[in-house]
Amino acid sequence: MALDRWIALVLLGICIVYGYTAWFTMDGNLAPFMRRNPIWPSTFPKVLSIFGIIASLVILLGIEKGEQKIGEIDHRRLTDYFLGQAILLLLLMVAYALCLRPLGFLFSTSAFLMIGSLILGERKFHVLIPVALIATGAVWYLVQEVLGIFLRPLPLFLGV
Amino acid sequence: MLEGILIGLQTALSFQNLMVVIGGCLIGTFIGMLPGLGPMSIIAIMIPVAITMGDPSAALILLAGVYYGAIFGGSTSSILLNAPGVAGTVASSFDGYPMARQGKAGKALTIAAIASFAGGTIGAILLMIFAPMLSSVALLFHSAEYFALMVVGLSAIAAFAGPGQVTKALMMTVLGLIMATVGEGALFNLPRFTAGIMDLQSGFGFITLAMAMFALPEAIFLVLKPKNLGEDGGDIKNLRISRAEAKAIAPVIGRQSVQGFFIGVLPGAGATIASFLGYAVERNIAPKAEQEEFGKGSIKGLAAPESANNAACTGSFVPLLTLGIPGSGTTAILLGALIALNVTPGPRLMVDEPQIFWAVIMSMFIGNLVLLILNLPLIPYIAKLLAIPRNYLIPFILFFTLMGAYIGQNNATELLLLVGFGVCGIALKFANYPLPPLLIGFILGGMMEDNFSRSMQLYGGPSFIFERPMTLVLLLVAACLILLPTLRARRGKKA
Repeated sequence: MALDRWIALVLLGICIVYGYTAWFTMDGNLAPFMRRNPIWPSTFPKVLSIFGIIASLVILLGIEKGEQKIGEIDHRRLTDYFLGQAILLLLLMVAYALCLRPLGFLFSTSAFLMIGSLILGERKFHVLIPVALIATGAVWYLVQEVLGIFLRPLPLFLGV
Repeated sequence: MLEGILIGLQTALSFQNLMVVIGGCLIGTFIGMLPGLGPMSIIAIMIPVAITMGDPSAALILLAGVYYGAIFGGSTSSILLNAPGVAGTVASSFDGYPMARQGKAGKALTIAAIASFAGGTIGAILLMIFAPMLSSVALLFHSAEYFALMVVGLSAIAAFAGPGQVTKALMMTVLGLIMATVGEGALFNLPRFTAGIMDLQSGFGFITLAMAMFALPEAIFLVLKPKNLGEDGGDIKNLRISRAEAKAIAPVIGRQSVQGFFIGVLPGAGATIASFLGYAVERNIAPKAEQEEFGKGSIKGLAAPESANNAACTGSFVPLLTLGIPGSGTTAILLGALIALNVTPGPRLMVDEPQIFWAVIMSMFIGNLVLLILNLPLIPYIAKLLAIPRNYLIPFILFFTLMGAYIGQNNATELLLLVGFGVCGIALKFANYPLPPLLIGFILGGMMEDNFSRSMQLYGGPSFIFERPMTLVLLLVAACLILLPTLRARRGKKA
């Protein structure tokens, strides 16, 4: 089965769960006065769930015929591309999200930029480290000092 | 109108706003040249900055400047490296890149700058003339018509998805609408589909979604399939165009600016359609000998899409400013910014906050002029940015994507959501699901439900569809827009 149909299957599942919530569970706690309204909080989701189920079924069953285009990247030959780098960068983003608060902006960001470059194959440490540090400092100064948006600069245990 | 123009000029020409538009154009141009960051992503990145400015006029002027700058920046990478950062500049690479390869990169960039300037300026003039007219018509619209109009906008987006992709675009639109229902609705004040998670109480952040659906997949695609950035810059020193060449492109620019503007006004059309259509029209009406030059470095083939896409970008501001309906993914993000700035987009904007409305229009003129003046001498230098090694460029793109989402919500959970949605966006892109309809559906979803609910309450049920003729007409138009491409595709196959 083609990837677009697998995705349609997942979307169908999402729409069924969404529809089930809208049709059967959402109105349980509705206040009595709201039940007299012609529209309930579940009305719009109910309509959407029907459209969603129909559209995903049309894709899943291949009712709409069209050319099977391969996009910019052929997902069937992912190993021919730099898949490992892409996965590592996504994991690095997750790590950054988890470390941003406990380790502070300055450490997390400079580490993110350095490790990101390393993953992509950069080995010139004399360039990589100063670039990451200067960029981190510049962004922190711009965001925190110029724009006034708080970004905890140092790790949490330092209390700053 | 004159009073409005004066108000707009007064606001746009203040020192602060002049600096803002210049800064916006420069930022847009520089970042717009970087593959992976189209106008949509750049505007999404700049929204937190704009919101922090506090003044809605200045914020919108900044975003308009960034928008124009980003489009011009995208054209630069299209012409020099055949690497269009956005769909709207793909047509510019058809003839721009061959020109660069022939050692006419400077000339190509000059034509692109002049065509963009002319397209943007003519578009702004048309916007001044037509926006008030559309606005007065829009005042006749009630919540029922607004609901129907949003359905038209959404269905038009689906119809532009190309043959065999209409259902996918529709699915993405519905998914966007579904995501918009997560959290507390404006009318009901009840948490919906939050699964008890407190962070979802206020729904998904639109910046997070915009980053996840556009910037992140583009950056990851650049990792998967590296492009040789900065290798084929060509000779970009000679910027001069001859009088004969100027004479040849002038009517092309005039025609395509007008055509592009009106295409841009249509919800769902926008710069991509305008640029392809402009290219096709000029190729078809050109003399036979010139037709053969198209695709091999024709100056007309470059001027047409450049002027059309800039005019279309200006045109897309008409439904945004007068009706509150985004005509493209980028204006959908701008709409989100307007709402975040407590500016209610729609017909009342011109009446209630004329300084904002007219300042944006005036800033378009100033922005276009600034772009032309600043970019021509900077062309040889700004192109060098593309030579930043991929090993440094990509981590920075990813970092700015994360920062955009984090600064917008100041919540680390948003970053995890960003990565999660980003992975979904990559999978959807692999399977050729169009992503802009998802974002437009998400942004329009809340307003659509509000108008739908209001109409249902006013009319005691769905009878408003038949009791208000305009609503019925608009819904029928929407049905045609959904069905026509499918029928056309089937007829084409039979033939």
